[in-house]
Amino acid sequence: MSLSEFWDFLVLGVVLGSLYAVIAIGYTLVYGVLQLLNFAHSEVFMFGGYGGLIALTAWSPVTSPSGFQSVAYVAVGMCAGAALGGIAAYGLEKVAYRPLRRRHAPRLVFLITAIGASFFLYNLAGKLFGRNAAPMPTMYENKKLFSVFGADINITQLLILISAVVMMIGLDYVVNRTKLGSGIRAVAQDPEVASLMGVDIDKVVSRTFVIGGLLGGAAGFLFGTNQQVFYTMGFLPGITAFAAAVLGGIGNVRGAMVGGMLLGIVENLTVGFWGDGWRYVGAFAVLVLVLMFRPTGILGERVGRTA
Amino acid sequence: MSTTKLAKEPEGTEPTAAPALLELRDLRVFYGAIEALKGVNLSVREGEVVALLGANGAGKSTTLRTASGMLSPRSGEVLLRGERIDGIKPHNLVRFGIGHVPEGRRVFARMTVRENLEMGAYRFKSPDQDEMDRIFGLFPRLAERSSQLGGTLSGGEQQMLAIGRALMGKPELLLLDEPSMGLAPLVVQQIFEILREINQQGTTVLLVEQNAAQALQLADRGYVLETGTVAMHEEASALLADPRVRAAYLGEIAE
Repeated sequence: MSLSEFWDFLVLGVVLGSLYAVIAIGYTLVYGVLQLLNFAHSEVFMFGGYGGLIALTAWSPVTSPSGFQSVAYVAVGMCAGAALGGIAAYGLEKVAYRPLRRRHAPRLVFLITAIGASFFLYNLAGKLFGRNAAPMPTMYENKKLFSVFGADINITQLLILISAVVMMIGLDYVVNRTKLGSGIRAVAQDPEVASLMGVDIDKVVSRTFVIGGLLGGAAGFLFGTNQQVFYTMGFLPGITAFAAAVLGGIGNVRGAMVGGMLLGIVENLTVGFWGDGWRYVGAFAVLVLVLMFRPTGILGERVGRTA
Repeated sequence: MSTTKLAKEPEGTEPTAAPALLELRDLRVFYGAIEALKGVNLSVREGEVVALLGANGAGKSTTLRTASGMLSPRSGEVLLRGERIDGIKPHNLVRFGIGHVPEGRRVFARMTVRENLEMGAYRFKSPDQDEMDRIFGLFPRLAERSSQLGGTLSGGEQQMLAIGRALMGKPELLLLDEPSMGLAPLVVQQIFEILREINQQGTTVLLVEQNAAQALQLADRGYVLETGTVAMHEEASALLADPRVRAAYLGEIAE
């Protein structure tokens, strides 16, 4: 691999990693408040892709849009993706998980429900939207913008990177600086005491799902823009982002961001060095190695719930 | 023996002008099939400090947790100023002015001292800075450590933080569950002095304690729970003098 190829793959890795990071936030937030591995989050991501696709198809964009139109298309697609993702996550919590919480179901039941919900949702999408991959309607001419050390960066890549960074900054603000964020963190640390302080746990849990869904849905739209939209599109990015959340230290929002970026970069550098067949081998080797030496993940904290 | 009143107070022995701030009537609470409270009657009048004593498993914490809505009684009533509050969820109950300092302090370990205090004021739109200053005045140690994480504090400091956090919700009634647990005697002394101050500033206190001597020195009245029922109910000074209490809870050998 030449040096310029290295930069090419690094750019690909950063772009994909930023998407992983945004998806991983959804896993880690929900894990934080419920200690639930929400495997159906990958389907929330997929619905985000369809949200964007459906909104843009309905609007039927012109083939050679002006600059203003392009911005409008992207904005509409992103909002529609985030909205459908948010709705899917909200419904998932209400229909699949809340009844289990009411009945104090064991953890294993939650896990099976999550996997079941995932199967249900992607097959439902296959039935509703068809089982063929569909490209996102043309929103802009995806031309090269500039290059970094010889690596070209196009509009889609820049769009993904900027959107992801904005979402991460926004999310970090919400979690650390707002009242809802305090509620989320308090529920994550000690739900019983949080409720004694006046935190409505059900409300916080529901909003946590919605936040994760908004981010996941927007990521689904961006992913679909870069590649295509299809009913099983959530599976691989979902599993990888889940791994990223664990790598960063599950429950830790900044950890999810770090883990996502790291896995995206390692994945693409592996492809650069050894070919596409090794894509997930490299990334998951790093996952296993890191967890061997730091089982709590990169930023995972050992401070448990103080009894 | 004969000086001890019955669990149920005879009607009319108290001046019955206003309803008690907190009243528990014939409270029965179960954990599954196990009956933890078998008909507990207890009242706390405004401005009082009431101590709830008893051995492990007597039902002290259960009583407190039922009062703050964490447990629902199977039968019986929890009354606040004469109005029933049992069955109301804890996150709604804080609005009624009940602050609960849970057993084992349970501060938010990954939040700073200031954030912990702000969590205490969650029921308000924004935390009252004057109240926070008052709490920092009561507990200067917390002021020094305001940006330190809760989990890094010593046991005594965590207890102070847990009390301060509950006060941020501006409770009329403060429920404390074993504030002295696992703390050095000197720290316990400090905390009880501050509790006295908090009470003098107008907060009513219901206190669960294993440390009967400390609790009864602070309290106006005391209840002794035994296996889910009130075994004794007396003025604190009378309980302190009672040979059975001295033997069972103050570690003295009965003569």
